[in-house]
Amino acid sequence: MKKISQFLQFKPSISVILSILLGIGTFSSLFSQESFLHVSFDPTRELYEEINKTFLTQWKQKKGEEFSIQQSHGGSGKQARAVIDGLEADVVSLALSYDIDSIASKSKLIESNWQTKLPNKSTPYYSTIIFLVRKSNSKKIKDWDDIVKPGISVITPNPKTSGGARWNYLAAYGYAKRKYKSDEKAIDFVKALFQNTSVLDTGARGSTTTFVNRKIGDVLITWENEAKLALDEEKRSGKNSLEVIYPSESIKAETPVAVVTKTATEKGNLEKATAYLEFLFTKEGQTIIAKHFFRPIDPAIAKSSAKEFPNLKLFSLSDLGETWETAQKKHFADGGVFDAIYKTK
Amino acid sequence: MQIETRPYKKIHLGISLGLTVFYSSAVVIIPLLGLFFHSLGIGMTGILEVFTDERIRSALYLSFTVGFVSAILNLFIGFLFAWVLVRYQFPFKKFFDTLVDLPFTLPTAVAGIALTTIYSQTGIVGSAFAKWGIQIAYTPIGIVIALVFIGFPFVVRTVQPVIEELPKELEESARCLGATPFQTFYKVLLPELWPSLLAGTGMAFARSIGEYGSVVFISGNLPGKTEILPLLIVTKLEQYEYEKATSIALVMLLTSFFFMFIINLLQERASKKLA
Repeated sequence: MKKISQFLQFKPSISVILSILLGIGTFSSLFSQESFLHVSFDPTRELYEEINKTFLTQWKQKKGEEFSIQQSHGGSGKQARAVIDGLEADVVSLALSYDIDSIASKSKLIESNWQTKLPNKSTPYYSTIIFLVRKSNSKKIKDWDDIVKPGISVITPNPKTSGGARWNYLAAYGYAKRKYKSDEKAIDFVKALFQNTSVLDTGARGSTTTFVNRKIGDVLITWENEAKLALDEEKRSGKNSLEVIYPSESIKAETPVAVVTKTATEKGNLEKATAYLEFLFTKEGQTIIAKHFFRPIDPAIAKSSAKEFPNLKLFSLSDLGETWETAQKKHFADGGVFDAIYKTK
Repeated sequence: MQIETRPYKKIHLGISLGLTVFYSSAVVIIPLLGLFFHSLGIGMTGILEVFTDERIRSALYLSFTVGFVSAILNLFIGFLFAWVLVRYQFPFKKFFDTLVDLPFTLPTAVAGIALTTIYSQTGIVGSAFAKWGIQIAYTPIGIVIALVFIGFPFVVRTVQPVIEELPKELEESARCLGATPFQTFYKVLLPELWPSLLAGTGMAFARSIGEYGSVVFISGNLPGKTEILPLLIVTKLEQYEYEKATSIALVMLLTSFFFMFIINLLQERASKKLA
């Protein structure tokens, strides 16, 4: 009996050690990221699936080398935080330059002058903020002034949790500031806008669902590509209940990209990463971009896809005399204008 | 052959203490200490500042009131469900019994989206209520529904085994001695069930306060109206304000711990009374 128990005591310890070793083995192989990782924000999923396919075929032809690109999508701020906290991204493409700046300043994985490394301030495409209304448009919504009127129910995501929502906010603010030439009036304008807001979802996609599927609200403020995607979706399911409205003026929502230099270098992916982002600025890259309803920066491609992107006056953040840093501090940080809107309510 | 019996009460300082310390450190103590020190980063005044903020205060109030209401609802719903599951036979009983665990395993975001679909003005249930002018989704009522959904297995699963253990003779003798059904329930059964009901409700309550996934979809997230505490934590994180986020978390943690502690005390007193 004693012998058996000794044997039994011995055996488990070996099996425990073996299983721990095995466990560590499988774990590390699961988490070691040998491949190429692209961290992006939510609405670019379909765009980059196609970009990756084309880029990889091209790379194989040129270099005779095969590899795969992994995509990670989520809210822009959340994605930036993941990279800061150690998600080994080789490249990032986010909704605001502020988020990439935050990676640069908080983790030093990206150089602070990252915007000088690629053409057009590292911004291969842009979008703008427009309205989606129900087909009849019974409330006659045509421009920004119409959606701050009393009795209009507005759907927009929360600027505190969504990068896209910050563009929405700044579009309304910028419109009013340019029209009334007064910062105070512009703030009153966004205040009226958010007093009309009935649901603040945490992200752009959530707001689209609230508006389109739950049929709440008279108007959805959203990205141009998100609105077109919603229309596309309706067309495919044979419905026709929505209409896109272009306001007279809106913001130029610039969505930049950057190589995460330090990580890419450590993983030996620097050359691929740089080529990958440069591809976005080529004719082929720009064509795919336009196909996915983001506005291309290449003038020729922009011209050929012009009917997809109606002309409207676009102002940029710098036209408002702001940078992301000042805008963030003034409007969205704790105690900023956005907080004040809900305090007085 | 002699079988050696070792008393449980003997103190083992070797492997047992080592394992306990190691696992509780790795999983509970170190992360919580991290949370604690992280929030100390902004200093005591910083922490106080967080709680003088109007938005945080109203979220705090909302989270705790809806948590409380849903916990009380779960107390009744969960108890009734557990009672029916144990005491009655009906078709597909096993199936319904399994269904109780669903909120444990279902990603709460899925639950949130499903509930919002049903309870919004266009949904099956929501549209019926909308005719009466009652809005469910995007109001605190919707939040309570989501919390009842995620909390009720806690009550069912803690009370169920206790009901199973109740000797049938107890009730029978009470009835024989002339007690009415209500007296039997109130004076004989309830004192036995009370501690487990309290424990289940307490867990459901603690879970409700921290629930994020299912609530953000159904609540509408309007600051000061339907904005819950966990969402505020997320908004702080989104602004890279880790300290503020962790200090809100810390207060939630301490409050929950306080409630759990009280509940444990009550439970202990109740079981002592029984003995």
